[in-house]
Amino acid sequence: MVKVYTSSVIDAPADRLWAAIRDFNGLPKWHPLIRDSRIEGNLPADRVGCIRNFNMKDGGNIREQLVTLSDYDYSCTYTILESPMGVSNYVATLKLTPITDGGRSFVEWSAEFDCPPARETELAGTIGTGVFQGGFDALKRQFARR
Amino acid sequence: MVKVRRSTIIEAPVDEVWRILRDFNGHERWHPAVAESRIEEGRQADEIGCVRRFRLADGGILREQLLRLSDRERSFTYCILEAPIPLIDYVATVRLKPVTDGQRTFWDWQSSFRTPAGEEKALAGLVGEQIYQAGFDAIKSTFGQQSIAPAPARRTSAGSIAATGVADRPMECQGLVIERYGGPEVLHWERLSAPPPGPGELRIRHTAIGLNYIDVYARTGYYPLVDPPGVIGMEAAGVVVDIGPAVHGIMAGDRVAYACNPPGAYAEYRTMQADLVVPLPDDIDDETAAAVMLKGMSAEFLLHRVHRVGEGDVILVHAAAGGVGQLLCQWARALGATVIGTVGNLEKARIARAHGCAYPIVYSEEDFVERVNQITEGRGCDVVYDAVGRDSFMRSYDALALRGHLVSYGQASGPIEPIDIAAFAAKSARVSRPNFGHYAGTSVEVRAMTDRLFDVLRRGILAVGISQRHALRDAAQAHRDLEARRTTGSTIFIP
Repeated sequence: MVKVYTSSVIDAPADRLWAAIRDFNGLPKWHPLIRDSRIEGNLPADRVGCIRNFNMKDGGNIREQLVTLSDYDYSCTYTILESPMGVSNYVATLKLTPITDGGRSFVEWSAEFDCPPARETELAGTIGTGVFQGGFDALKRQFARR
Repeated sequence: MVKVRRSTIIEAPVDEVWRILRDFNGHERWHPAVAESRIEEGRQADEIGCVRRFRLADGGILREQLLRLSDRERSFTYCILEAPIPLIDYVATVRLKPVTDGQRTFWDWQSSFRTPAGEEKALAGLVGEQIYQAGFDAIKSTFGQQSIAPAPARRTSAGSIAATGVADRPMECQGLVIERYGGPEVLHWERLSAPPPGPGELRIRHTAIGLNYIDVYARTGYYPLVDPPGVIGMEAAGVVVDIGPAVHGIMAGDRVAYACNPPGAYAEYRTMQADLVVPLPDDIDDETAAAVMLKGMSAEFLLHRVHRVGEGDVILVHAAAGGVGQLLCQWARALGATVIGTVGNLEKARIARAHGCAYPIVYSEEDFVERVNQITEGRGCDVVYDAVGRDSFMRSYDALALRGHLVSYGQASGPIEPIDIAAFAAKSARVSRPNFGHYAGTSVEVRAMTDRLFDVLRRGILAVGISQRHALRDAAQAHRDLEARRTTGSTIFIP
């Protein structure tokens, strides 16, 4: 089991950020690695169990299923059904926590998955640095107060 | 029920902040509202159930009890037992989390309580501002940080997070240093410092350290592993304090263990390369890991990779009651092999038998080659594992079957005479002289080895007997016992 944990501080209130993040079909609007996305079967994007089918800018296709969505604690958990990455049992959580001191947000993006031992380091790096930190950096650019 | 929740960001690494906050009696040193504090009944400040009794700057006395403390989560929970203000059923939790893209800390402080009717708002404000926010501001100034007003003045742009310099500080600690090569008396307890981790490195707080015979060789200089003055020790378990750039798959706060060169485990803290350090599963405890990493990984490569031992094999294990010997016996039996072992006395024969050795032979009373011939009806053993060396090597060859494999993985009794390899044709024998570092030299190999090792520990196939526990500073005595062959099973040190 590989665990990846990435966290950051974004200078925007949690409810503003959450409006973007809670849209399970909204990755292309803020994540720089994602080209397009659709929800399979015409389900609403906040229906737990719905599947987002999206294409990366590098061409890879990924299907992910929404497992938990909580507006109460600003948290979203999903699992990978299909991807070219070669991971199994992949479960990830993206969570916001308001920082009362200054009206900012603490963001955490974590994942657990299995993969061949030879690829653990590479995949932990790709996911932690490329996907998660890359997403945080994009959110900072879009949301941080000017 | 009133709920209060406040949070902030401290411009310092999470473990630096946790070191201050985890001390339940330490608030007198940092919280401006607390004038003095003590723990009742002489208990330790990290003992669950302890009560801190403290006086506020305005004279009021409070008593609060520690309910929960977790170094793994960097969190504690406490309740109020007595207070001059009506905070009824007050339970509060402090929790720290790392901000991984910059050496910062997220600090969350929340509580719930009841109040007399009509006082909810006033008391919630008092707790939130005068206790939590005031505490935040005090810790911030400890780290040289200005308090920030809740205003949009602060700019956070991508990639511009300034480190505060706190992470660049070495951590002071203590450990055992060898002054020169020699007997156990050369081990000295001294002040050390663990530098901040560089690229590919991490810093560990050790919780348990393993003793191995190689530590004696490092101390005497028989193997030139450490240049005096230096710290010896090959294996340990602990918690990651912080990581340097380019470290993936391990993070601060993880429980980890390692068994690798270079030595340096006999210390409270240590900074080292991260690639051979593995995260510990929740069901493998620190002491077990510290006791079993080096010996267990050795057993793994000896039984699975130097030779693939399987169903029906007959193997001979020298020193079958010793550290690696016990593991070889247990694991080989689980793989379906018949295990014959040599031991020094009857007590050790009993120990070997209890660990899966079907035929323990007391070598001082019986000729082991003869006994092997009896047991195998003249066939000999498929594999002989020999770390005794000079005194046993050629006799081990005599105990081999045709096309048998003699695995020489140490020389406790002294260097082995040069061998005549042509003579080995008489049995088509194979000889291996494996070196731990060549089997456990990369992150991928170590992860694969420990996956297999943790699996057999979890399934109870390997039982790790920790027979001796010492304070780290008393390691010299443990070295004496090990060299005098007074120990059985594993010895660990607690820093």
